[in-house]
Amino acid sequence: MAILVIAEHENGAVAPATLNTVDAAAKIGGDIHVLVAGQGVGAAAQAAANIAGVSKVLVADNAAYAHQLPENVAPLVAEIGKAYSHVLAPATSNGKNILPRVAALLDVDQISEIISVESADTFKRPIYAGNAIATVQSSAAVKVITVRATGFDAVAAEGGSAAVEAVAAAHDAGKSAFVGEELAKSDRPELTAAKIVVSGGRGMQNGDNFKHLYALADKLGAGVGASRAAVDAGFVPNDMQVGQTGKIVAPQLYIAVGISGAIQHLAGMKDSKVIVAINKDEEAPIFQVADYGLVADLFEAVPELENLL
Amino acid sequence: MKVLVSVKRVVDYNVKVRVKADNSGVDLTNVKMALNPFCEIAVEEAVRLKEKGVATEIVVVTIGPSTAQEQLRTALALGADRAILVESAEELNSLAVAKLLKAVVDKEQPQLVILGKQAIDSDNNQTGQMLAALSGFAQGTFASKVDVAGDKLNVTREVDGGLQTVALNLPAIVTTDLRLNEPRYASLPNIMKAKKKPLETVTPSALGVSTVSTQQILRVDAPANRSAGIKVKSVAELVEKLKTEAKVI
Repeated sequence: MAILVIAEHENGAVAPATLNTVDAAAKIGGDIHVLVAGQGVGAAAQAAANIAGVSKVLVADNAAYAHQLPENVAPLVAEIGKAYSHVLAPATSNGKNILPRVAALLDVDQISEIISVESADTFKRPIYAGNAIATVQSSAAVKVITVRATGFDAVAAEGGSAAVEAVAAAHDAGKSAFVGEELAKSDRPELTAAKIVVSGGRGMQNGDNFKHLYALADKLGAGVGASRAAVDAGFVPNDMQVGQTGKIVAPQLYIAVGISGAIQHLAGMKDSKVIVAINKDEEAPIFQVADYGLVADLFEAVPELENLL
Repeated sequence: MKVLVSVKRVVDYNVKVRVKADNSGVDLTNVKMALNPFCEIAVEEAVRLKEKGVATEIVVVTIGPSTAQEQLRTALALGADRAILVESAEELNSLAVAKLLKAVVDKEQPQLVILGKQAIDSDNNQTGQMLAALSGFAQGTFASKVDVAGDKLNVTREVDGGLQTVALNLPAIVTTDLRLNEPRYASLPNIMKAKKKPLETVTPSALGVSTVSTQQILRVDAPANRSAGIKVKSVAELVEKLKTEAKVI
């Protein structure tokens, strides 16, 4: 039994979520192979070969796989994947985009965003915005699974010495083309990997006031997130959104500022180790999940907090 | 062009669901049901394409119990022209739904199929991608902007680091993200008019589709409860607790 992990990578580095996915593969048990598909991915393939526990790295280096267009990458993964018992990918926007297409090509159901491995064919995953946990058993010949990174530990990025093998297959469906991208620039830690996350909601009142959170985050070395209300109001870009429809985070410390705590927001952060809520409404639902709650005006409390750190 | 929109009847997003005592699932008896929020956005986008003169006909389809007719009528009241109900009493997995939709796509021959990016009950985020694979169409998932330019479709997608734009050949599949548009409300006259619009009912077997699944849900549990927290009186106390008690800073 061997497991194929689809690597998430950019600029010659393997994205952290890949390391959590390898941990999930290790819990299933079996040889772990990693597929690195893209264009000019030599450095990323070498980085994948160094991951602890990986025994082989397959490299598909082809212009058709640049930008991870699912019309081209999915047939590649389906072709390689049918020889494996499991095909895993991190539940990133790429993983969610490509893997269901792979599952359909293999004619199997997919299991999305697992948070634990019970056995080689049984997994747990949240449903209803995290308000219920389903235990799902698969009888598929190839089990196609996306992995929620925050449900697993990251394996060591160094220490492995996997063989690197080139894959010749080139699939170019010719149905889609990459036009351009507009990536948000940030010097702060990536939201899903940050140890501490500071998030703001509608209570921030405007985008300019987020500077208080940035100052606090910089003191703590934290990532900055937001609720859907703050994103919809145009305070911050949407890739900062934490929630059922945004990013799922589980940091050591999550500080929710001016966030009421709607179900869809809680779905994205309630697995954080320690939750702090700062809100002037003492009835806000966020206080029901917060380990430490402070009923106060955030415009006084946040600068004071920053000063005390 | 003809646009097909797929919608789903789900528990209303404001409802806090409870797990059944026997752990067989969540309790949906007497719970308010509604159109999945992402599907509402899909219907709205199709209606806007029609208002711009791009779309000529909007067909809305759902797969579910006979009560899902309510959600089809809602979509008709929002501006869809006609509706198809693929009636199935059992809860189907995404792959079975995608296969049924593929059969509908083969019959209707739409140029564009719009779905929500995920249903808020199963949280799968699979059906659109699976339908694209089965029909061989290009896919524009998590769309925040859709532009029809001749025989191409430009889709701006919400990805982890920001936005990405792709150009797709038609016919194509689009799945909607929250920021694609703000859905309108159905007006009372339109709700009345929707009652007269055509609604066709078919069965999976009539479409020649097998809905057998390779997975089953063994049990459903409530998530672990977080232990009750405390309220601190001052910022100084908060910092002190975080340093000495929680040891996270």
